Amino acid sequence: MEHTTLAHHLLLAGLLFAAGLTGVIIRRNLLVVYMCLELMLAAATLALVAFSRFNNTMDGAVLVFFVITVAAAEVAVGLALIVALYRRTGTVSSDQLNTLCD
Amino acid sequence: MPDPLFVFFAALTLGAAGLLVLSRNAVTSAMGMILALVGIAAEFFLLDAYFLGVLQILVYAGAVMVLFLFIIMLLNTDKPETKYPWMKAAGGLAVFLFLSAGVIALILHSGALDKVAGPTPPELSNNPAEFSTAAKAFGRLLYTKYMLPLQMAGLLLLLALVGVVNLSKDAKPNA
Repeated sequence: MEHTTLAHHLLLAGLLFAAGLTGVIIRRNLLVVYMCLELMLAAATLALVAFSRFNNTMDGAVLVFFVITVAAAEVAVGLALIVALYRRTGTVSSDQLNTLCD
Repeated sequence: MPDPLFVFFAALTLGAAGLLVLSRNAVTSAMGMILALVGIAAEFFLLDAYFLGVLQILVYAGAVMVLFLFIIMLLNTDKPETKYPWMKAAGGLAVFLFLSAGVIALILHSGALDKVAGPTPPELSNNPAEFSTAAKAFGRLLYTKYMLPLQMAGLLLLLALVGVVNLSKDAKPNA
């Protein structure tokens, strides 16, 4: 990584975050929306590791450790919620989950 | 010019993220997500964060994505989404371009452009933990400076476990 600067890593993380947010906005399958949310989290962890490495401190890397832990717990609960929603309504498409709209 | 390996894995990660966002089949999206997570793990390796890279592959690309694929197949939602309405696709593209332009502008106006890995900056000099590739460095920080967050993470995992069991217990619809 002799000529790879912090800017390269931040650019990659920013583009991944933008792609994730775009997916959250345009996708309608709740499971895919959820995966795009996870992509945004992973992009943030990439930026954290890059800052940690380039500033020679360990704290960013430890924070990523906690982010991964929290994300794993969050995925379990979120998927349980989506399954419960599917049992109740029979769909996971955000187009058809408009009960509060009507 | 950045490291060719960095460029390769960055392109792989961005391509996989594009597959995740644009594919109309949920299983294809999940495959793109796995590839993107593996690409991010490779970037972790290039940043000398070996422990986090291994953790990323084990926890994310392994456990979490298997859970996602399991739920996708359980719910049988593999019929593709209909085509995006024109307005929505344009809105998504606008959001992506706006965010990307913001990121690029921020990076250009920050000091990150020519920053390479170096010693701890003076404003962080009261922080004794220097970056280390050893998993031991994680252990030392986790059990000293981050003791309370570690306990909270354990409690969070326990609560998630109880919550998930409670959520999936009620099998009766409209109960």
